Parts: sequence; structure tokens; C-alpha cells
Amino acid sequence: MRANARLGFFLLITPLVLWLGLLIVIPHIDMFLVSLRERVGVGEYRTGLANYRVFAEQPLYIMTFARTAIMSVLATAITLVIAFPVSFYIAKIAKGRLQSALFLMTLIPFYVSELVRTFGWMILLRETGLFSGLLQWLGIVDHPVEMLYNDVAMMIGLVYTSMLFMVVPLTTTMESLDDATIEAGYDLGGNGFSVLREIVIPHAMPGIVSGSIVVFMLSLGNYLTPTMLGGKDSLWFTELIYSQFIVRFNWELGAAFGFLLLALSSLIVWGMLRLTGQTLEKTLG
Amino acid sequence: MIPTIRQPRALRIAYRAYVALFFIYLALPLTVVAVFAFNDSLFPALPWKGFTLDWFFGDTRPMIGLFHERPILRALGNSFYVAVFVSTMSVAVGTTNAFLFNRYDFRFKGLLYVMMLLPLVIPGIVLGISILVFASTLANAAWDAFSVEIEALRPGLVLVILGQFSFITTVVTLVIGARLQKFDRGLEEAALNLGADRLTAIRTVTIPYLMPALIGGFVVAFLMSFENFNTTLMLVGSDAPLTIAMFDRLKEGSTPLLNAVSLLLMLISTSVALAMVLFQRRR
Repeated sequence: MRANARLGFFLLITPLVLWLGLLIVIPHIDMFLVSLRERVGVGEYRTGLANYRVFAEQPLYIMTFARTAIMSVLATAITLVIAFPVSFYIAKIAKGRLQSALFLMTLIPFYVSELVRTFGWMILLRETGLFSGLLQWLGIVDHPVEMLYNDVAMMIGLVYTSMLFMVVPLTTTMESLDDATIEAGYDLGGNGFSVLREIVIPHAMPGIVSGSIVVFMLSLGNYLTPTMLGGKDSLWFTELIYSQFIVRFNWELGAAFGFLLLALSSLIVWGMLRLTGQTLEKTLG
Repeated sequence: MIPTIRQPRALRIAYRAYVALFFIYLALPLTVVAVFAFNDSLFPALPWKGFTLDWFFGDTRPMIGLFHERPILRALGNSFYVAVFVSTMSVAVGTTNAFLFNRYDFRFKGLLYVMMLLPLVIPGIVLGISILVFASTLANAAWDAFSVEIEALRPGLVLVILGQFSFITTVVTLVIGARLQKFDRGLEEAALNLGADRLTAIRTVTIPYLMPALIGGFVVAFLMSFENFNTTLMLVGSDAPLTIAMFDRLKEGSTPLLNAVSLLLMLISTSVALAMVLFQRRR
């Protein structure tokens, strides 16, 4: 029996180790090594930090990096603010059929490809689009307005794309909040605001954290939305990675960019977990 | 706040209006995509020129419908091919992972569990380039050492499958693990007492119990694979899956053909998702 259990253990751990080793750990180590490669001649390389120096000395790269980070934080905050009341409504106010119908309705748009969602916003916002037409029809403007290709359009797209990943964890954590606790808050003289601050938000914290982490990650790593909805000035860091890899074929610099993006996202996720005293196992698992 | 607490009427109405507005916001982009698939015009834009099904069934230029557009159909086939492989592989590995973490205690279990979660917090595009870099390192090494060209390690569908598999497996592991955790081990022991050996007990008791999660995991993996963009973008070769093919079209300018394809995608994924919900409710 013991030998059997051991055999079972090895059979079960092998796929896990192969998967994580060959597709996650070793590729990332390899990417890091490539990012440390400096080209000195044709086919000649030496190890050094030249690629990271290029990043540090080029204001465009640093600006794009910082912009991507700040805009992603902003997108996360906006998503949270928009999603919170909706999740509360679904979890605590809607009952029975309505509750499950609303919950399903938040899910359905996201079974559709991100490309389709972005395309939808393009149809709505562009110069010949629906909003522009509506404004003209209402007589508010007398010529077509271009609402696409700017930061606001991009932000609308980013928030839209990640909404589900905020609503679902928020709704599930708030569902477990007992109505009696809220009532007790009121009985003890609290008002809507203090009950929200001292009962609802602390209870929803695990949901807030896991939703924020996922939304932040998705925004930071998004390529489609900034490319299709953003303007020339709203360059996203993933676009730099793509252009180094696919257009310029400078894999060394591209790998360095990739590693920087990974470091930034890990740092912020780690910081967010530390700040709120949560762990990755609890928030994702 | 909650129904048992009395609130001013105006506040309640405002709250309800906000929620309604939210759902309009969710539905709006998808609705316009769907509606303009039927516009008898060369552009998915106003003015409305009348209803047509040409963007689905048309076979004359310039209105070649989706069912006569070879590259799109081929891309749809590619997506399907990739998704079948990805979901089969990730359900298999997800199941072994779930059993491993549920049934065994071993050193570094906590560390391995965190590592198992990591693919979810790595940006998709980084996942893509790291696999691209490593695969080409391997391919170059094989070429230098034995002068063999391993086609599978160059950008193409094999790498796309591996790239998507690398993070979808985490999701599937969580789906299956959650159900396995609720399983009553006593049932398995009862089977053992009745004379079944371990594998028979798992096959006849545990796996049937897990079935909803296995099917759910498969469907989720399938849909995630079908709509994946970032990781796929970095690993794609000459055979593009549907999202990449549509992206290339969209960059050149949009026609209602893209709306028709999008509508088809929506119908497929919504019906798959609804079928899954109904199936799980029946259980």
C-alpha cells in the first residue's frame, strides 16, 4: 500500500512539474537570460545590462512604462467604484430569480472575445459612429465628432473589458454578509455611510483585493484595447514589447521590456497583498 | 441599504436607475455589433440602409458573406482545433493537480500551490514571449547540435496550444479542485470496504461525482482558448486562429463581415455557456 501511494504521488506530481517547469519557470529564466545579452557584433554576445540601460536612458520608454502603470491603477479604481454598488445590489438587494438573472447577465458579455467588445466600442465612438450620429441628430453638434483614439476611449474600453473580474468576486464575498449584521449596524445608531465603511467594506475586502489584482493585471497586460481605442499618444508598454519582438526583431530589448513589465506587475500585486494582509492562495484559490 | 432598512424613495429609485444604466452599458457594444451585421451597407456604421443577410450568405463581391469567406472559415477551424487540444490537456492536468493537492501532503506543498497559481498573475503577453524565447532557444540548440529543424518549436499552432495551456490549466485546476474538496472521502472508503480496489473506487465513485466540474472546466477552457488574444498574438505563425485573423482585418478597416463573425461567436459562446448552466442546475 505504501509503495502504491508513493507511485500514485509520483504519477500525480509529474504533470504538474512538467507543466510549471517547461512552460512557466524555465521560459521565464530563459527570457531573463536573453534580456542580459548584449550584441557586440554579428552573432557575438556578452552578458551585461545594456538592454536595461537603453530603457533607462530613453525617456519615451520610461514615460510609457510609468503611464501604463498609472493608467492601469486608475482603470482598476474606476472599475471598483462602478462595480461595487452593482455587486451590492446583486448580492443583497435583488432576490431569487432576479438575483440569478442579473448575475448571469454580468457574465454573458464576457464569454465573447475581447476583440468583439473592442469592436463594439469602435462602432459606437468613431467619427461615423452611433454616438456622433446621435449628437448630430439631437442638434447638439453640427458636424461629426471623433470620440475614438484618445485616453478616455481607451479607459472606457479597459474598464469595460475587466468589469466581470471585479463584479464576480465582489458579489460572491458580499453574498456571505449576513443581513442581520447590517441591521445591527443601523440599530447601534450607524447611518448608511458608517455601515458601509465599517461593516460592508471590511467584509468585502477579500473580494476587493482579488478583483483589483485581476483587473490591474488585465489592464497592465492589455494590448488590444490601447491599440484599437487609444490614440497615438496613448502608447501602452505592451505595444513596445510587441514592436521589439515582432517588428524590429530585437528580442534582447523586448525580453528586457517583458521582464520589466513582469517585475512591475509582481511588485504591485505583492504590495497590494501585503497592504491588505491577504495571501495569493486565499484571494485566487 | 438592504430591503429591511427603510430608505428614502428617491434614493431607492436612483439606485435602481444606476443598476439599470450599468446593464445598458454592458449590453450596448455587443448589441451594436450584432445589429450592424444586418446592415445592407459596406460599413458597420449609420445610416441604416436596410436589412440584409448578405454578410452571412452573400457570395458576390463586394458582399461576400461569412459562410463563403475561406480565410475566416479556416481561422475558425484553427481556433476550434486549438481549443479542443487546450481544453483536453488542461482538464487532464487539472484533474491530476486537483488530486495531488487534495490527497497528498508533501514538502513544498504550499510553495507548489502558489506556483500553480502564478500563471494567472503573469501578463499574457509576457507568458507568450517567454515561451517564444524558450522554444526558439531549444530549436536553435537542436539545429546547432544535430542539424535538425524542429518545426513545432517555431511560431505556429503548437506553440499557441502550449501558450494557452500554460495558464488555462490553472483555472481548470481551481474549478476541479473546488469540487473535489467538497467530496466526502467516506464514499470512497465505502467502495473500498465493498471490495473495490483504489482505481476502481476512484473511477466508479469519485470521477462521476467530479463530472460536473470536469465538464465545466472543459467548457471554461474551451471558451478561454477561443477568445484568447494576448498570448496567442505572440506565438502565432502563418495559421491564424479567429481572434488574430479578425484583428488583422480590423486594422485594415472594418466591414459588416466582421460583425457577422462576431455575432456568430456570440451565439456559439452564449449557447455553450447557457447549456453548461442548465446542465449544472439539473445535477
